[in-house]
Amino acid sequence: MDISKNYFELFALPVSFHIDLNLLSAHYLELQKTLHPDRHAHLSDRERRLSEQYTAFLNEALTTLKSPLRRAQYLLGLVGLDVTGESSVAIEPMFLMQQMELRERLEEIPQQADPFEELDELSDEVDAMLKQLREAFAGLYAEQKFEDAAANVRKMQFLEKLAIEIENLEDRLDD
Amino acid sequence: MAYSDQVIDHYENPRNVGKMDDKDENVGTGMVGAPACGDVMRLQIKVSDEGVIEDAKFKTYGCGSAIASSSLVTEWVKGMTLDEAAELKNTSIAEELALPPVKIHCSVLAEDAIKAAVADYKEKQDKK
Repeated sequence: MDISKNYFELFALPVSFHIDLNLLSAHYLELQKTLHPDRHAHLSDRERRLSEQYTAFLNEALTTLKSPLRRAQYLLGLVGLDVTGESSVAIEPMFLMQQMELRERLEEIPQQADPFEELDELSDEVDAMLKQLREAFAGLYAEQKFEDAAANVRKMQFLEKLAIEIENLEDRLDD
Repeated sequence: MAYSDQVIDHYENPRNVGKMDDKDENVGTGMVGAPACGDVMRLQIKVSDEGVIEDAKFKTYGCGSAIASSSLVTEWVKGMTLDEAAELKNTSIAEELALPPVKIHCSVLAEDAIKAAVADYKEKQDKK
């Protein structure tokens, strides 16, 4: 296994946001078979350590490409844009306003007459927004409009965070 | 991660949480966000005719350090002139709250928020 390859090359996939997840799984399993530490019980310590490192690399590659957000962040990383560690970048005020309102809505849900229905509705809206952002990202990235694509990923990051908070509230309401 | 006592105090008893009418011409609104962690912060100031900040409110969806940073800023800016408020530095916030290095960006967010609020207020006055 060549760990100098990028994750897409590793799985023999085109460098693109839209990937075939079945193909990803199939290629993952093929690569994994060649590496599984149990198959190498006869190896020396050094070789086994190496095999473990390859396994870690392979798993990280799989997790990254499986998640739409992480896949998008990784694609930007390939062209030298890191959007994961930014502390302060200008975000469209309208978008921030909307994010504020969505979070206010989430905060008020436990007090609503039918919190589960409200939560479902909010969750569907957030999913729809994420889907739209992902589609837009795929197009912009393919057109090599990387800065615009990065702006989309930043928005995704806000919405993914919100999606996690929606799930957390769902768990709390279930208890 | 352990929070300092100052952060916990602001987190458990946040000062000045709330919302002002952003259409009010004496109100300036600063809206900022940190995409890396998905935090969103709104900070508002009410300014007297003499250019002094009479009141401040905030609402932050984020971690304890982000909430504490914005809560602290609303306390500090009351009674300040616009220029004084715009000069507020994130380092003073971080120092007061004893923020660890990984949370410094929360104080940057609060600094950006007060600057944005002052800018929004000034823009409103220019349009008058």
